[in-house]
Amino acid sequence: MSKSPMITLNDVSKRFVGSVDDAVTNLSLTVDDGEIVTLVGPSGCGKTTTLRMINRLIEPSSGTITVAGSDVGTVPVHELRRTIGYVIQQVGLFPHRTVRQNIATVPSLLGWDTDHIGSRIDELVDLVAIDRSILGRYPLELSGGQRQRVGVARALAADPPVLLMDEPFGAVDPVVRGHLQGELLDLQSRLHKAIVFVTHDIDEAILVGDRIAILNTGGILEQFGTPGELLARPANQFVADFLGSDRAIKRLSLLPIDVSLLEPSLPGTAADQCMAAIDVGATLKEALDAIVSGNGRDVAVCAEDVCVGTVTIDMIHRRLTE
Amino acid sequence: MSLVAQTSNQPLIVWDWIGRNLTNIWDRTVEHIVLTVIAVGIGVLISAGLSLIALRWRRSYSPITWVAGLLYTIPSLALFTFFVPFTGLSVLTAEIGLVSYTLLILVRNMVTGIVEVPSEVLEAADAMGYSRRGRFLRIELPLALPVIITGIRLATVTIIGLVTITSLIGLGGLGYFINRGLQTFSSPIGTTQIFVGTVLSIALAVTADLSLVGVERILTPWRTRRIGR
Repeated sequence: MSKSPMITLNDVSKRFVGSVDDAVTNLSLTVDDGEIVTLVGPSGCGKTTTLRMINRLIEPSSGTITVAGSDVGTVPVHELRRTIGYVIQQVGLFPHRTVRQNIATVPSLLGWDTDHIGSRIDELVDLVAIDRSILGRYPLELSGGQRQRVGVARALAADPPVLLMDEPFGAVDPVVRGHLQGELLDLQSRLHKAIVFVTHDIDEAILVGDRIAILNTGGILEQFGTPGELLARPANQFVADFLGSDRAIKRLSLLPIDVSLLEPSLPGTAADQCMAAIDVGATLKEALDAIVSGNGRDVAVCAEDVCVGTVTIDMIHRRLTE
Repeated sequence: MSLVAQTSNQPLIVWDWIGRNLTNIWDRTVEHIVLTVIAVGIGVLISAGLSLIALRWRRSYSPITWVAGLLYTIPSLALFTFFVPFTGLSVLTAEIGLVSYTLLILVRNMVTGIVEVPSEVLEAADAMGYSRRGRFLRIELPLALPVIITGIRLATVTIIGLVTITSLIGLGGLGYFINRGLQTFSSPIGTTQIFVGTVLSIALAVTADLSLVGVERILTPWRTRRIGR
């Protein structure tokens, strides 16, 4: 690759004062521009510690971390943090400040003038889908989902190239979490930030991560790769266990239907089959679901009422083993 | 001896006396307020200093509150008379005693207010790039304000009561009337003076308390204003 990563961790270790074990051990990772890397692992795997070393809320014991090419240890800490967005589970909105003032925090610290801040808030309100009417409210007057969106808007306010998120959707109910995850991916497709996303939920890690770093106790990196790579070829038993016993199904959910590989559909039955068919944009997981709840062998694939082929159970099997 | 035991043809309150002494009552009320404001004002300044020390060096918190607690337990009669040989029958003597009584309440509330700011708010403030000083002035202090103002309210009400005791050393604000009344207890003028001193002192305390509640409401709109949810 020609371009250098936005974030680089090079052989980073952390041992807390008074502890005999490393919280993070010789960790090396990269995060590219426009990429979401999820850090996932059990409690005590050092994922939050790793995140917090990037903006120097925790100083590493050894190793170097660079952001946008410069060693974070050489940048004045307050300046560094103003260029890195940060979102945490408890959000940490300032209770004594209105939504508008909360969002304006970093721009104010950077000394932007009032007009500049005002127009930036207008942009963010649209970007993060905040209802304009809540701008004058205090955090105590918001719902959990609203707080989380305001937290994201605050983190993005000064348009930082890097965003750190520590279990950002851990405190909201599953329905709202689903919405927020979708909104994050949508946001990322427009903003192309380098995002480090900590979670303990492997499904969330697979859903939002372009690449996943699976960490073990003591901050040992067990495997680092795309969700597809990890699910197809887990490096060891720990990774396999962590990914779960439904690894094959999870993998299918990442694989789209490949039209060029479809079996021809049976002549003359297209219209009938399309009654129970799946859309060409579906994943193989959805195809499998349609098969097992149908005839158990195959299912027709349609694009706008025209049958384009058939997915068979053998074909799904081949895709998983190839 | 109860007031009710007075002979029935003598009134308990001599309203004429109040009318004749309005100027004096006004002067003593002002004196009462001035003694209170000076005591609470200086108490706040000293306590702020002590609280900053306690917050900077956490180990100093216990000794500081121990000494302030000791001062708080000294009987007020003893405290006010103890300094008379050194500082005479003066405002200084009165204030040394009054200020001593504010310290425990104020230091405890100031430190508690700052310490109880939620950790995730501090984490967010650090991550946004606040300096240590900026975080203290713009995040911690405003959020500690409700607890600090509660401390000031408690101290103010306590001091308004205690000011009456300084009548022993020739001051006393409205306590002057209570003291005089006790010396001529059996006369209607005596009961009238006790009545005036006590009622006005209570009225001052209630007014001060309510005013400070108002100040708190104005300074912390984020706490009281909640819409639904």
